[in-house]
Amino acid sequence: MEEALVNWSRAQFALTAMYHWIFVPLTLGLSFIIAFMETIYVRTGDAEWKRITKFWMTLFGINFAIGVATGIILEFEFGTNWSNYSWFVGDIFGAPLAIEGILAFFMESTFIAVMFFGWNKVSKKFHLLSTWLVAVGANLSALWILVANAWMQNPVGTRFNPDTARNEMTNFWDVLFSPVAINKFLHTVQSGFVLASVFVIGISAWYLMKKREERLAKRSMLVAGIFGLVMSVLLIVSGDMSARLMAKYQPVKFAAMENLYEGQTNAPLVAVGLLRSSPDQEEHKKEDFILKIEIPNFLSYMAFLDANAYVPGIKDLIHGNPERGIISTAEKIEKGKIAVAALKSYKDARKAGDTAAADSSLALVNAHYSYFGYGFLQDEHEAIPPIQLTFYSFRIMVGLGFLFVLLFATTLYLLRKKKMHGQKWFGLTAICMIPLAYLATQMGWIVAEVGRQPWVIQDLMPTRAAVSQINTSAVQLTFVLFAITFTILLIAEIRIMVKQIHKGPKEGGTK
Amino acid sequence: MFESLSHLTLQHYWWAIISLLGALLVFLLFVQGGQTLIYRLGKTDTERTLIVNILGRKWEFTFTTLVTFGGAFFAAFPLFYSTSFGGAYWVWMIILFAFILQAVSYEFRTKPGNFLGKKTFEVFLFINGLVGTIFLGTAVGTFFTGSQFSVNDMNFSQWETATHGLEAVLNVQNLALGLALFFLSRTLATLFIIQNVRHTEVIIRARRQLLQDALPFLVFFLTFTAMLLLKQGFAVNPETGEVFMQPYKYFRNMTEMPVVGILFLLGVVLVLLGIFRTAFCFEKCSDKGIWGAGIGTVLTVFALFLTAGYNHTAYYPSTFDLQDSLTIQNSSSSHYTLTAMSYVSLLVPFILAYIFYAWRAITLKKIDQEELEEEGHVY
Ligand code: HDD
Ligand code: HEM
Ligand code: HEM
Repeated sequence: MEEALVNWSRAQFALTAMYHWIFVPLTLGLSFIIAFMETIYVRTGDAEWKRITKFWMTLFGINFAIGVATGIILEFEFGTNWSNYSWFVGDIFGAPLAIEGILAFFMESTFIAVMFFGWNKVSKKFHLLSTWLVAVGANLSALWILVANAWMQNPVGTRFNPDTARNEMTNFWDVLFSPVAINKFLHTVQSGFVLASVFVIGISAWYLMKKREERLAKRSMLVAGIFGLVMSVLLIVSGDMSARLMAKYQPVKFAAMENLYEGQTNAPLVAVGLLRSSPDQEEHKKEDFILKIEIPNFLSYMAFLDANAYVPGIKDLIHGNPERGIISTAEKIEKGKIAVAALKSYKDARKAGDTAAADSSLALVNAHYSYFGYGFLQDEHEAIPPIQLTFYSFRIMVGLGFLFVLLFATTLYLLRKKKMHGQKWFGLTAICMIPLAYLATQMGWIVAEVGRQPWVIQDLMPTRAAVSQINTSAVQLTFVLFAITFTILLIAEIRIMVKQIHKGPKEGGTK
Repeated sequence: MFESLSHLTLQHYWWAIISLLGALLVFLLFVQGGQTLIYRLGKTDTERTLIVNILGRKWEFTFTTLVTFGGAFFAAFPLFYSTSFGGAYWVWMIILFAFILQAVSYEFRTKPGNFLGKKTFEVFLFINGLVGTIFLGTAVGTFFTGSQFSVNDMNFSQWETATHGLEAVLNVQNLALGLALFFLSRTLATLFIIQNVRHTEVIIRARRQLLQDALPFLVFFLTFTAMLLLKQGFAVNPETGEVFMQPYKYFRNMTEMPVVGILFLLGVVLVLLGIFRTAFCFEKCSDKGIWGAGIGTVLTVFALFLTAGYNHTAYYPSTFDLQDSLTIQNSSSSHYTLTAMSYVSLLVPFILAYIFYAWRAITLKKIDQEELEEEGHVY
């Protein structure tokens, strides 16, 4: 029953988050692409650029509305479905969420009104400024929520307060500027930039295939091609950095993502692999390779910038490896249980007014607090995330990442050589890339979120302990309602989008 | 500068900010009210489109204020956030669903390819206006009437009724506040439309509509207020932190904090003034009613929130166990976090300024048919 409640709550969060993430990356990237286009319009005064800007702006508006609709659910779901979590970390997690509302969402929604309705009411310069502020606002919202998410992967700048039984913030700047946060922000917004560029190129390619709107299509491709190329290269750089940070702060996630069972030095990277559950699956959810193509030494290099470095495997992390100074999960669970029990006796001693007992319990809590969350785990196997899902998701994302670089390079090459016309193969490929870009970003989140299970806050709080005490049936019902509502809205959105693309931009370019 | 303030002062400061956000939100709910009037005020398709576009240019503000209200509560009073949202699950879910439907409706309503049809999105807007306001009102009502929840040693909370919040609707006082909010939002919407539209028939209809909403609003609002002032309230003993029932607690709060009492009265007077000016003074001053009513709404709601939380009052009372009630002291974030957030709050005036500026820039001119044809983006 407990188990079912947790799983349905997770399913609901995953469903709503993934829906939100269908719309967000396009907002992040398209807002900048529009801003570039309008800048060119204001600089050149060429009315065609205004028409191009307005066309993409219409698509932006359709996407934006549904992004907002799916976002509000996420914000309140922390309270409705993860209420214990909300208390345990509200002191830290709440702040970025509130700042996001105050600083970013208002900026976005205020200037979006000017952007859409202000063409004939404010000056050209002010309109352009508004468009830029929409882009900045959108990406600022990404910053704050990602700071919050990064903190859950790597909880820094915080201290446990036994009296309130929660984590309290001790250093805002540590939270904001933690390397995990900065990198997560960069990698995520860059993924949005890449997705939007792929989107613009795909649609433009469709126009070219239909021999419509050729000027619009080529100009849009140029903007998106340059933006996309730069960002897709940076995306690989920040993705590489993500992996390095993961190896440092979430080694189990890293081992699962690579399906590295036994730790080794000079570890090879499996570029392509097929997995099958091992016959002795019991033993740490072990997965065997049926097939693999390896790049020698590369995993060690990726993780620690040193081909000779030792990368711990799942077995080492769970069983412990004294030689490498890795303590076993069973031992961590032991320590976690001590911390949890000591917190209880601290509370009891406080109530009874026994200061000496309270002090000694508190000392125990503090000594073992870094393993606090392990105290809630039932056994060591629980500390291993689902391996297949993380392994495959990561490979799909990375593979597509390289493919996108190729796409942008080809786009720019064809434009430059004036060979874009009549390249049917290119048109079809570019269109097919659009869904793949969405796939890549979703896979990224699966690596990040599934890979960190069982933790909702790394080492401090397992997902199981975070959940609100409500009836499982209530969560099942809302899950189904969300699934139906969002799916209908998604279908409506796609149809409207497709219709709008078929219809094309407004004629003329003067108004 | 905020570091040197006491924790208690910061808690009061943040309760005031939450109150202000709540007050602004109630005013901005005129968008929701307007959504229930589309067919009453617009008899032809073009008239309805006109009304939808007038409201549509503001819906984002209401929505964002709701989001920020939630976020600020999370940051400043996380125990409320976890207790109320996780406990009164159904109330909040219903409110959220109503807002999901709204967010897409403006953008999708008239777009080609929209397979649900224009009518469906108008129904969505109606549902949002009806359900959103009434449920938000009842939820705020529980600040004064209490809910059945418990909070344990670790500050983990649990709701003690199987209906998870829906029971709040059965309380007369909560319901009175919910309905008052519904009719208030329609009243404000009428005033807002009168101010912003250039279309004679719509204005005539709006003026006729005004009292039909204003009178029920007054009935429900006075019912709520009378019950509030006469009832026992959830008081906190400042020395021991013990919560107990005190007769006339909220009336006392208004008199013991005269500023709050005066703000409340002033607000009510301004709302009435705004309504009466528009209803009875025709040609000259009639399109300015939204100012009085709007400012009045903000002041009244602000004062109500302050009454709920200040002066040793438990703002989120538990009727399951009085001692589990939430006060601004036992439910807030740490001193450090409130301090950090207070620095962020210094930006609020700046944000309000640019909102005001942008809002004016695009509503300087009244909206009419012509303007919709000129403008690229039409809902
Ligand atoms: C267009 C989408 C896209 C593409 C092509 C890539 N990524 Fe990515 N990746 C994301 C979109 C994304 C994301 C959706 O933005 C994630 C999810 C969470 C996050 O921080 O970013 C992510 C997460 C993510 C993580 C997990 C971080 C964590 O758990 O905190 C790693 C290790 C990488 N990425 C690495 C890479 C590498 C080495 C790539 C090389 C090409 C790459 N990604 C391409
Ligand atoms: C940056 C903002 C985000 C935060 C703070 C966040 C936080 C959370 C939380 C609290 C949970 C529930 C506990 C858990 O199962 O781990 C969760 C689960 C999950 N989230 Fe995220 N999330 C964020 C963004 C996303 C996005 C955008 C996606 C999807 C594209 C996503 C995908 C998932 C998935 C798939 C799960 C379920 C994991 C599982 O069942 O194993 N998350 N996340
Ligand atoms: C679980 C975590 C998340 C929560 C609670 C959340 C919350 C919200 C909310 C409440 C809105 C509507 C704001 C409005 O009123 O305008 C929204 C929209 C938005 N969010 Fe999220 N969000 C989450 C994850 C993310 C992530 C991971 C990103 C980006 C990296 C992001 C970027 C945006 C953007 C750009 C918008 C603007 C609307 C759009 O999507 O087109 N959000 N979000």
